[in-house]
Amino acid sequence: MVEKKFGFWWIVRCITLWFVVFIMVFPFLHMVSVSLSSNLMVMQNKIIFWPLIGKGQLGITLDTYKFILSKPLIYIAYKNTITYVVVGTVVALFVLTTGAYALSKKRCPGGKLFNILIMITMFFRGGMIPLFLAIKWLGMLDTIWAIVLPSAFSAWNVIIMRSFFSVFPAEIEESGRLDGLNDIGILWYLVLPTSTAILATIGLFVAVAQWNSFFAPLLYLSDEKKYPLQIILRQLVLQSVMEGMEGAASNTNFAEDSIKYSTILVSIIPIIAVYPFLQKYFVKGVMIGSIKG
Amino acid sequence: MKTKNTAVVDEAPIESLPALNKRDPEWLRRFKDGKYLFILVLPSIICLALFYYLPMYGISIAFMDYKPFLGFIKSDWVWFENFERFFKYRFFWRTIKSTFLLSFWSLVWGFPAPIVFALLLNEVTNTKFKKFVQTVSYMPHFYSTVVVVGLFTLFLAPTGGLITRFLSTYFGVQNLNILVDAKYFRTIYILSEIWQGMGWGAIIYLAALTNIDPQLYEAAVVDGAGKMRCMWNITLPTIAPTIITMLLLRMGQLFNVGFERAFLLQTPSTYETSDIISTYVYRRGLQANDFSYGTAVDLFNSIICLILLVVSNTVSKRVSETSLW
Repeated sequence: MVEKKFGFWWIVRCITLWFVVFIMVFPFLHMVSVSLSSNLMVMQNKIIFWPLIGKGQLGITLDTYKFILSKPLIYIAYKNTITYVVVGTVVALFVLTTGAYALSKKRCPGGKLFNILIMITMFFRGGMIPLFLAIKWLGMLDTIWAIVLPSAFSAWNVIIMRSFFSVFPAEIEESGRLDGLNDIGILWYLVLPTSTAILATIGLFVAVAQWNSFFAPLLYLSDEKKYPLQIILRQLVLQSVMEGMEGAASNTNFAEDSIKYSTILVSIIPIIAVYPFLQKYFVKGVMIGSIKG
Repeated sequence: MKTKNTAVVDEAPIESLPALNKRDPEWLRRFKDGKYLFILVLPSIICLALFYYLPMYGISIAFMDYKPFLGFIKSDWVWFENFERFFKYRFFWRTIKSTFLLSFWSLVWGFPAPIVFALLLNEVTNTKFKKFVQTVSYMPHFYSTVVVVGLFTLFLAPTGGLITRFLSTYFGVQNLNILVDAKYFRTIYILSEIWQGMGWGAIIYLAALTNIDPQLYEAAVVDGAGKMRCMWNITLPTIAPTIITMLLLRMGQLFNVGFERAFLLQTPSTYETSDIISTYVYRRGLQANDFSYGTAVDLFNSIICLILLVVSNTVSKRVSETSLW
């Protein structure tokens, strides 16, 4: 479109977009700066854009990170989160791939009924308490299964994958059949190797959701040793519970804010680290969903 | 489809399809033909049954006086007593009003935000800058609700919070403590929602915008149309179906406000505006172990959601011929 550079609209747009960028980036920048600064500077509220280790002295110190990562509370939670993410993603991908592939075939016995049953769950669900009671009745409370199984299947993800599998060329499947493969073999040997893009996309969505999951562990876990990072983060940041953080507030060696910001950062660094590489998959996933949705 | 399958069956060598017997009834033959698919679909069906349909059956405790030690079978049926209790609840209207207003304002502010952002971004010709803004704006989508609420809380903390300090230094605002002030709950909730979701929400509109033929704009400019005119007559009509679909999806969720965010952001001092149906269900139903009552309240909420979705879908079908089903 023809447009004058430095015209009125150009300036409005530039200011707005740069403002958006600032708002999105600044909290992160501030967090990083606080977590890397010396505690005295944090307590004196000197940190805004960059880390300081002394008055007006630029520099970084890793003391806060060393401190929080030495606490069993944090590293046990970290280990738990990683376990839940890995197991949860594998389980979810297994359930979703098998289900979506079968449902993409008209031959699947009961397929029509199952598709309707899946559709219904998009609009109506049992709700918080009946689900809790079901999980309790299944004996899954306080186990990893309460975290990874209920979230494994989701109507939305099945529909995305189903629409992906439904365009798989029928000729290839038929040639596999002629070679004596059954449907499971076709899925494993022919369909899956060409579906890595969709597996990566859905897998990433599931993994991020699991990493950030807060409500399920809050409901279904009561053993502190099984808590994931998000629960600890809430206690620490929102409820200011410093239990398990001995030597922090009492000795005043560490500013509370430093500890809070560092813990937040520790919890989002894995996501930020993989984010640039995986952005295209994420965006692709949204697009696949929107075409059908 | 059926004819195609029989064709495959006829062509296939007999050894590979030993299970197919011509004398079997139609349904059994179809089942045998698809038995491996049935095995594949089983894990999904088990998950669906256990975590979606078993809870749906469990809704019946809304009509019971469910006692965990008596169990599901022996608990007494009380029919609508739990619902009556909710209608007589001292803060019934307050809860309904908070739920509605929170979603209503979050719709009014939160829904246009990604659209405006997408429109602005779409006009950027410098692809590097565009890419940069996009990447940066998607980022918060991947933070957990705990992190986002945590950040807002830390920034707005009455002592030492960055925004609090900024406002007191440059604008002379003293003793700012909006986190425990019921008046500001909705504002903070909606701001945090927009901050987190705006960039991500824009993806779908940006995709719709790329479908516009640039020649349309050129023709319009030749005809003397200004920027606003182009926007109104070309851009908006093109993305209107996307906007309506997204709006429909939002309408159905009008009484289904994000529980996590509200729950994490609320404090007892803000209950006046922050106590929505779902947080009330959690507090009464699960923390106070009043399972039947909580389920009844939740069911009431789900039914309103369903009605809203059906109504908005019907309206949209009439008006714009866009429908979810």
